[in-house]
Parts: sequence; structure tokens; C-alpha cells
Amino acid sequence: MNPPASEPLVQVKGLKKYFPLTRGILIQRAVGAVHAVDDITFDIFQGETLGLVGESGCGKTTAGRTILGLYPATDGQITIAGLDVRGASRAQLRHLRQKARMIFQDPYSSLNPRWTVSSIVSEPLRVHKLLANEEQRLARVRELLELVGLSGRYLNRFPHEFSGGQRQRIGIARALASNPEFIVCDEPISALDVSIQAQIINLLEDLQQRLGLTYLFIAHDLAMVRHLCNRVAVMYLGGIVELAEGNELYDHPQHPYTQALLSAVPVPDPEQDRKRERMILSGEVPSPVNPPSGCRFHTRCPIAKDHCTELVPEWREVRPDHWVACHEVVA
Amino acid sequence: MGRLLEVSDLQVRFNTPEGVVHAVNGISYHLDEGETLAIVGESGCGKSVSVMSILGLIPTPPGEILSGQAHFHEQDLLQLNERELERIRGAAIAMIFQDPMTSLNPVLTIGLQITESLMLHLSMDAEQANQRAAELLELTGFSQAAARLGDYPHQFSGGMRQRAMIAMALGCNPSLLIADEPTTALDVTIQAQIVELALKLRDKLGMAIIWITHDLGVVARIADRVLVMYAGYIMEEASVFDLYKDPRHPYSLMLLSSLPRVDQRRSGKLRPIPGSPPSMLTQPKGCPFAPRCSYAIDRCREANPPLEQIAPGRRVACWVNLEEAS
Repeated sequence: MNPPASEPLVQVKGLKKYFPLTRGILIQRAVGAVHAVDDITFDIFQGETLGLVGESGCGKTTAGRTILGLYPATDGQITIAGLDVRGASRAQLRHLRQKARMIFQDPYSSLNPRWTVSSIVSEPLRVHKLLANEEQRLARVRELLELVGLSGRYLNRFPHEFSGGQRQRIGIARALASNPEFIVCDEPISALDVSIQAQIINLLEDLQQRLGLTYLFIAHDLAMVRHLCNRVAVMYLGGIVELAEGNELYDHPQHPYTQALLSAVPVPDPEQDRKRERMILSGEVPSPVNPPSGCRFHTRCPIAKDHCTELVPEWREVRPDHWVACHEVVA
Repeated sequence: MGRLLEVSDLQVRFNTPEGVVHAVNGISYHLDEGETLAIVGESGCGKSVSVMSILGLIPTPPGEILSGQAHFHEQDLLQLNERELERIRGAAIAMIFQDPMTSLNPVLTIGLQITESLMLHLSMDAEQANQRAAELLELTGFSQAAARLGDYPHQFSGGMRQRAMIAMALGCNPSLLIADEPTTALDVTIQAQIVELALKLRDKLGMAIIWITHDLGVVARIADRVLVMYAGYIMEEASVFDLYKDPRHPYSLMLLSSLPRVDQRRSGKLRPIPGSPPSMLTQPKGCPFAPRCSYAIDRCREANPPLEQIAPGRRVACWVNLEEAS
């Protein structure tokens, strides 16, 4: 799939999100900060799916939540459909919450177990006063359930009566209720059984085509990201290390971290898999409280040189539309 | 290669307040010395229970082993009492689990937890055990291993904890290592470390492995032979190469064709398996996969097909001959 040529719907520039670490119970002093997201910049174009991948703790979920204004950003700019998220008024934020929504990872904890499907899915309609009366809201909920492949008869059931895949469909219906343009999908399939994951991915694709949605797809399943996303950004320890069109990134990874990450993914084909060259990274991801100086990856990088420990690598275009933050990659 | 483990007609159920969960429904499988067997299936298919039950590692009640034999070196594990089993578990048969965070004791040092089984099973004294524990940590990739013995689990990352678990498991030179989803909670680069480590140690120490997982990628990398389980039944048994090249059960086939691949460009939409895995509370009359199967015929809904040998080392439970059907 080629990225649709269009205007950016979402612009993120120099975004930082630090969580303060405090000590003391009554008088809290800041003793440091978790550098969860540290200076990331990218655009998401109208109608595309941008994949954001990385290992746990790399800041991908924090990035998604900060972009939607769910966490106040520490620094940087976020623009969604022309609206400056950080400088938005309350009224503007209310509007943003209709147009930019989120699908969560865990379909068990993200639905209130005491609410019926109808109250869960209609909540955005009530909060944003989108429809005049209960009758219209119910009709809309039925329509939404059918849109995500569930029967309109399920209106008065509770979340525990559904399987994981069906619950995720309910979460998607809720996200769609207020006619959003942009959806942050935060690991929407990682809690689901293998045989159900493909159903949800196909549903997200169908909805994107029918409703013209734009997705930020946060995931650690690199095979699924290749399948679904137009462009892919790779995060490591709070920073984006590489960004390119999907096939370009998977066929020609430039950053040593991306190369290691892709080579670590097992392929469901023993003949191919046992022939693949593997780059096994030593050690573990360092703490985001004191990220390494220079290039954050230098402590585990197989090709790190002396200057990598001192200089932060520049964000460079090394091939057409292929951006990398690494001193050692030759353009 | 000699036969190491022979399980036959194993039937396990759980009596829960919601009803009887038919977890494992009369399955038979075997394992040869030095062989790696993968048991693959989705959550709740009985893949863990089919192994843990023979080691006395399911709570009874609510669990109940209705029938079965499990021959390991001339002994039927299911006939042993708890004390006899204790002598085998952690010694000849070692285990590693999914969540190294919860399977390590948070208030004991790593050293103490490794030396415990050495002193118990091998009657080592504390000094010998400490020395052996340091060797084991080194074997599993720790630098300055001796200094690590005094660390507590919380000082380790997830991957380090899993490596410490492996060190602990290898202490008594097991002939069988049971790995129950050992990489599921880990990131992909750490998963690769653990899988490489397990393969290296298998070759070095010559032990057999039963690797329980839902990840068909990991299976492709590690297994010699594979059991595909669904709803408490073995659907297909095959060598790893045969299974991926030529799956003969519709469930294996549909599962494999629903997966995207990291090394290939997108070729159209994914082909999901419709529906959801069945409830284990009811026993369907026919094949448990029939409601989701695109190849199902009337017979599939009426009678559950037995697992039958179709070629040497190859068993399939299906009324439909996939070769003719497709």
C-alpha cells in the first residue's frame, strides 16, 4: 500500500513527555524524571496508518496518549486537524475528544463491567450531547454495533458475556460513536488469541476505508505492523530512531536497532526461519531515568564508535523518505 | 534415540462452580531423548494442562485426572505419590514458566533459589552448591556470575529473570526441560536471546524440551516435532517442516494462513478464522473446530474424528482429506 498523498492530519514536533520522580510523602521533592518521550517529530497524513513500534517501555504508549492530550506534554508541538492541542481551550479540547479517539489494549479492563453494551457505546454520544434523545442514541448504537460486526440484539448485555474479540469490537464501536477522524490504536490486538487478531485487523482496515479514518497504530507485533501500516516509526528509549514507508523499512532497515529488532522476529516457516541471519542484541534496555549520553542506543549497538557516546545523532534522510537517527548510516 | 516420555489416553477436567471444564480429552503423545516437541494452541486449549498434569502440577481439586498413563524412564508418573514426584520434578524433569516475576520468590536471593534444588536433589553442601550456582549463571549468560548470587529478583530485568530461571532448571542436569510459554511476557529481542540460549543449552547438554506456546514463529524456530491442540484435543501431529509446508488439519492450515509475515510484502487482506474458540464447558457432539472450519462437512458436526496416523510420525484428527478438498 502506498501512502495516500495528502495533507498531514496530525503533526508532532519536538514532543517531550517527562514524568517527575518524587521523594517524600508530605513534601514531595523532584529527584529526577522518567524521560518517557524525548523529542519526537513526525506527521500522520490524512487517511494513512502510521505504525509506531518498539519494545515495552520505549514510550510508544506515552507518545500516543500525549498526542491526544491525555497526558500534558512537557515540551513540543502537537497539531491535530489544525488545532494546537497544547494551547487548546476547554471547548476546543471537547471538540478534539470527539474527533480524536483511542482504542485500548486490554478489552477486559477498558470496558466498565457494570455497564451494558448500550451505555458503553453511547457514552460519547451522551457526553458530547450529539443526539437529541434516547431513541436516536439507541438507533445509533445499533448502527455502530452492526458496523463492527456485532448484532444489534446485544444492546442490553454486559461485557462479561462476550469473548475477547467481541469486547474489542465493542471498544471500537465506542471509539467510532462520535464520528472521529483520527484514532490512536494502542496495541489493540496483543491481548487477543491468534485466530482472532486477523479479524480485528481486517475490521480496522474496513472501517478506515469506509469512514476515511487516520490511524496511529501502536504495536510490538512487527509482522502485523508491516501488513497494516503505510509508514512505520521505530522507537527506542523515548526517541524515534527510524521512520520510513513500510516495505522500505522492512526491506532496507538502516538503523542497527531496527535491523536487530526485525531479525529477532521469528518467521512462521521453519525453512526460511532457520536460514535467517540473526543479530542478537546483548544486554537490556537502559533506564529512561538516566538515558545514555549521545546516541541512546550506543550501550547495545554492535557498530558504535567513540563519538556515539557523546554526540546525539542528527535526524537525517538517508534514502528517499527514509529517516534515520544514526551517525554510522551512510546516505 | 530412545523413548523418554510416553503419555497415553490422558484425560483431565476441572470441576468449577460454572460447570465441568473439559481441559484435556484423552490425548496421547510421546517424546524421544534429546528431541524438542512444541505444543501449540490458543489460550485455554489444554496445552499447559496436558503437560503439567503428568507432573502433579495442577491443583486437585478442582482438577481431576480421569485417566491416563505417563511413562518416564520405566515409571508411570501418574502412579507416583507426591514424595516420589518431588524427587523427579526439578531434577530429571525441570520446568520454566511464563512469568519469571511470579515464579521466583521475591524475598530470597537468586543464589539461595538456585542452590536449594542442588542441595535437595544432589545433596551438595553450601559451598559446592554456591560454586555450581555461579557456573550455572555463567552458562546462562551472566557476567560476574558469582557476584550475582546475592541479588534479589527485583534487581533483574525480565530477560535476566528468565535466564536465572533457566539456570535454576538446569542445576540437576535434567533429561527433560518443560518450558511453558517462557518468552510470552518478553520483548522480541529478549525472546530471541532466550530462544537462542535454550537451543544452545539443548545441544550442549543433550536434554529434551517440551516447549508450550501459542507463537507459531517461535515453534518454527525451535521445534523438531509439533502437536497442534484445540479444545483439549490434539488436532495434528507432524514434524515441524511437514506442518508448515503441508498442514493437513484445517485448523493448522487456517491458523498458518491467517498470519502476516515480517519477511514478506503484504499480499491482500488477512484471512482470519471466523468465530471464537469454543467454551470448554460443553462437549460438542462433533469436531470441536467444525463451527469455524471452512472445510466442514455434515459428518464433522455429528461425530468427533479420532486422531489417526496418516504417515509415519504424522497424525491428524479430521474427517476431511485436505489434499482432496483443496
